[in-house]
Amino acid sequence: MIMKILYAFLIGGALCAIGQLILDKFKLLPIHITLLYVLLGSIFDIGNLYDKLIEFAGSGASLPISSFGHSIVHSALEKANELGILGIFVGVFDKTASGITAAIVFAFFISLIFKPKG
Amino acid sequence: MNQKIEKVKKETSPKRKVFFNFIMAFIIGGIICIIGELFTMLFIKLKVEKDIANIYSVIVMVFLGSLTTGLGLYDKLGQIAGCGTIIPITGFANSMTSSALESKSEGVILGIINNMFKLAGSVIVAGVVSGVVVGAIRYLLGI
Repeated sequence: MIMKILYAFLIGGALCAIGQLILDKFKLLPIHITLLYVLLGSIFDIGNLYDKLIEFAGSGASLPISSFGHSIVHSALEKANELGILGIFVGVFDKTASGITAAIVFAFFISLIFKPKG
Repeated sequence: MNQKIEKVKKETSPKRKVFFNFIMAFIIGGIICIIGELFTMLFIKLKVEKDIANIYSVIVMVFLGSLTTGLGLYDKLGQIAGCGTIIPITGFANSMTSSALESKSEGVILGIINNMFKLAGSVIVAGVVSGVVVGAIRYLLGI
């Protein structure tokens, strides 16, 4: 159990730190890093590589935004195996829907309740 | 002339503390992932299936990211942590909540609902486009 937490820290931390390094070295904006990570996540779904990383690091791999790109490809292909090419359109949001829905609902109510801070 | 401009640019632009930023992103990003992992473990302890526990954990982290943004804490943390707060899913929740909060003064419909995806929309567009392209290629090639 301790090892699982340690792996989550190391992999999650490393993913964030590498992003920060690229951001500083190439003088980019945060949005470039998030987009790069989403793109890399969707590519690293090949051969279930990203699933193996999640198996190893747990939340260390499933919380970074790269898992968003991974989940989209993964669920699209899962549905495509059932429905053919149409499945890609049907399945895109299968796995990510919960996170996006939660973000929309919480963002809505919290912005209703709280006041913007300088 | 251009060289002069470049020189002045170099002298006046703030120096990025590359090593410090790297370490802070590592530590804070890692801690956010630990919190997520602890929630996953908690849900597994409550006899939730592993995949479902992961979904619960993501939802809790999104809620925490959103709440700390509302309290004004997340952006303060972000000034130190950089990518450590941007890359985890809490950063996604933060970008949605903060753009909704910022435009709250324009009202619920024109402000909050209209502007919520101002920053976060790019992530969804990029995710869907790259996901569909990669997915279609892999489906057609059978890999």
